[in-house]
Amino acid sequence: MKAENYISLEFPSKSANEAFARGAVACFAAQLDPTLEELGDIKTAVSEAVTNCIVHAYPKEIGKIWLKAFILNGNKLKITVKDKGVGISDIEQAKTPMFTTGGQERSGMGFTIMESFMDGLKIKSVPGGGTVVHMTKTISIRAAKGRK
Amino acid sequence: MNIDTHPRGAELTFRFSGEIDHHGARNAIGEIGGKIEFFRPHICCIDMKEVTFMDSSGIAVVLCAFNKMRELDGRVQIINTPDQARRVLDAAGLDRLVTIAV
Ligand SMILES: Nc1ncnc2c1ncn2[C@@H]1O[C@H](COP(=O)(O)OP(=O)(O)OP(=O)(O)O)[C@@H](O)[C@H]1O
Ligand SMILES: [Mg+2]
Repeated sequence: MKAENYISLEFPSKSANEAFARGAVACFAAQLDPTLEELGDIKTAVSEAVTNCIVHAYPKEIGKIWLKAFILNGNKLKITVKDKGVGISDIEQAKTPMFTTGGQERSGMGFTIMESFMDGLKIKSVPGGGTVVHMTKTISIRAAKGRK
Repeated sequence: MNIDTHPRGAELTFRFSGEIDHHGARNAIGEIGGKIEFFRPHICCIDMKEVTFMDSSGIAVVLCAFNKMRELDGRVQIINTPDQARRVLDAAGLDRLVTIAV
């Protein structure tokens, strides 16, 4: 599928960039005229993916995060979040609700939230090499939705 | 994020404001855990009226309050919950542990 529009960002894994990352994708997605609920879901999913890079992928160092968003087929949003951090050895286990390696500051719900707020979630990871999270969401067409 | 603490009798209210993410919530767990242990309330009320965004970092904060209040045989209620925060709390199944009001 050819992207009709896209953004591509690179930023260091500093927690101050979490708000920037979700805000940037929300601004980009606004051209699809999403509902407030759809926009909130997109922001939350991006926040989860980017926070995982900051907390888990680069636990002891500041590394790079690559965030891209694409518009496909008029109303489909595709988001990829990539790091070159520690990677995930067991992806199924990582996706299990409440599974966390992060201690009491984390709840183990990030992937569960990404999965339930977006239409599609794919995780590719190489232990020691890094992780890519792909998410897609189809934005409902304006006439078909009850506007808030 | 910012937390205002209002102890009143057996009820301890935390008013959360701003964006609850990993960056904003990094001191929140220690802060509310310490306050609950100090005031030892029967009810811990979390007022989310001024919360503009919340991700799973907020779930960990609510779970901390829930666990501390369970040690005290007390309970947690969340009030003035914005739609976006509500969806995150529901996705985590927290409505089964704490009372969540709009
Ligand atoms: N980018 C990543 N690099 C390395 N490990 C990761 C990455 N993302 C997730 N993980 C691993 O997968 C686990 C589950 O992630 P998930 O986001 O579901 O929960 P969490 O981050 O632990 O907690 P929460 O997101 O609720 O704060 C993490 O604890 C971590 O071990
Ligand atoms: Mg996470």
